[in-house]
Amino acid sequence: MTAVPAPAITTDRRRLHVHETAIGDRIYEIVTTACALVVPALVVAIAIAIFAGAWPAFSKLGLSIVTSSDWDVQAGKFGAAPAIFGTLVSSAVALIIATPLAIGVAIFLSEFSPRWLRQPIGFLVDLLAAVPSVVYGLWGIFVLVPLLREQVMPFLRDRLHLGATPFFSGPAYGPSMLAAGVILAIMALPYISAVSREVLMAVPRSQREAALALGATRWEMIRDAVIPYAKSGIIGGIMLGLGRALGETMAVTMVIGNRAEISASLFAPGYTMASLIANQFSEATSDLHQSALLAVGAILFVITLIVNAAARWLVWQVSRDRAV
Amino acid sequence: MKSRLARHGISAAMIGLTYLAAILATLPLLLILAHLIKKGAASLSLSFFTHMPGPVGEVGGGMANAIVGTLILIGIACAIGLPIGIGAGIYLSEKRSMPLAQSVRFLSDVLNGLPSIVMGIFAWTLLVRPAGHFSALAGGAALGAMMIPLVTRTTEEMLKVVPISLREAALALGYPRWRTSLSVVVRTALAGIATGALVAVARIAGETAPLLFTALGNQFWSTSLREPIAALPLQIFAYAISAYDEWHAQAWAGALVLISIVLVISLAARLVTRSKFGAPVD
Repeated sequence: MTAVPAPAITTDRRRLHVHETAIGDRIYEIVTTACALVVPALVVAIAIAIFAGAWPAFSKLGLSIVTSSDWDVQAGKFGAAPAIFGTLVSSAVALIIATPLAIGVAIFLSEFSPRWLRQPIGFLVDLLAAVPSVVYGLWGIFVLVPLLREQVMPFLRDRLHLGATPFFSGPAYGPSMLAAGVILAIMALPYISAVSREVLMAVPRSQREAALALGATRWEMIRDAVIPYAKSGIIGGIMLGLGRALGETMAVTMVIGNRAEISASLFAPGYTMASLIANQFSEATSDLHQSALLAVGAILFVITLIVNAAARWLVWQVSRDRAV
Repeated sequence: MKSRLARHGISAAMIGLTYLAAILATLPLLLILAHLIKKGAASLSLSFFTHMPGPVGEVGGGMANAIVGTLILIGIACAIGLPIGIGAGIYLSEKRSMPLAQSVRFLSDVLNGLPSIVMGIFAWTLLVRPAGHFSALAGGAALGAMMIPLVTRTTEEMLKVVPISLREAALALGYPRWRTSLSVVVRTALAGIATGALVAVARIAGETAPLLFTALGNQFWSTSLREPIAALPLQIFAYAISAYDEWHAQAWAGALVLISIVLVISLAARLVTRSKFGAPVD
């Protein structure tokens, strides 16, 4: 065994090592940056692809695509107003049902729940977000819709005499705007409640203690000291739920009845933008029909983009305040 | 000024209402699971996993092609979504406060909220229209694109909890940055990253809308990436809206299989994150 005393080699080796390090770091940085750049690139690519596809329809139909309610494929008329109306109404119904429930659960979990119950209930509510849309749709067709048709709708219309208002009148077919709203409420609930719970938990203890020390009851403490503090975060959560409801496709397509008409009654079948695309896109043969559906997709894309961006911004606002 | 009694009465009533909300909010999930088990278990048997779909009016048959199709689609999606998502997640955790990191984080969250049907028409314009035919590849790509923002955010969350002292120790020992990041930081958080990947898989496994005009569905056996391919959610959808009782029964069985997969993954992810990092991130 002979030792090799070679100082020249060591320095070389060290230089090589430093060199390798620099190259390795450089490559690593380039690769991870490239991966990160995919995300904004994806957003831009989606926008370009959809708007490019929608352009023929926009230029040919103009504003009538949003204002006209005449969607007749054979006649080449594409007015998406009923679908836009249906998207907005079904989402509104969903929020009206889901918001109080979701905030109620969030308050329960952050303030009143016994410790042992907090995990299981929180988990069960979170799991609602994991159930696939098509499973909600299946359940909607065979359980919810018959239930609405035979029990809930007659009850609302005849027993509560809400049939006198335009909103709950007409025959109860089953597949309806109401059914879509209820399904969407179940689907939006976990999103609203998760964000609300998070921001409620972030409210400092001192805020609660101060209210109680001033003689507030527990409810007054929540109403006057906790909720105002968490308000913008909760609104962010509601908007996040709204974003989900606006773009939800399968479950809605399966229970809304898919008829392109505007009706004030929630018992009447309707259409949403997403279900319109889902139903007709693969069968669209004419170029204009395809382009019109892409235009509906573009409108949906823009609306959900704005709602989601606003929601995230609101939630971030709150969590940033907490971090400071 | 209301009386003390009235104020306390209102308080008790409102607290009662939050209890009620908790019960009402957990009810739908329990109802759905109960119905799935009741109706799905009846038509679930071994042949469901090994047989092809039967013709109309015939009891039995299975969804072997749809189950294999779903696995293939998940495979394609993972091949696209995991490397990019994990890479982007690493970037976010390394360059926490760079302006690019901020906007990538924000856009990932926005992409996560994008309707899945929009992702479907995006994949259609990019991969189906130029090719002139529906394909498994387009379906997998749509699902993969949905995975990217999901995996990005969970990877970042998992890397965030790795103590900074570990990173400092490795750098002090003369490790280059890239090795510190890969073999110290990422390795420490590996279980968490894998969990995040699993959760993303659970999310996309049940997606139907992005597949409607990409993978399309297929009544026959096909594993070709360039042909339309069957998928479990698509098959459930087609059977659910059909007019035949035998197909409805199959749809329930398929839904039971699908939700079992999703729930097992979610449950496992919950347990892993809890044991690894103390209390789960609520």
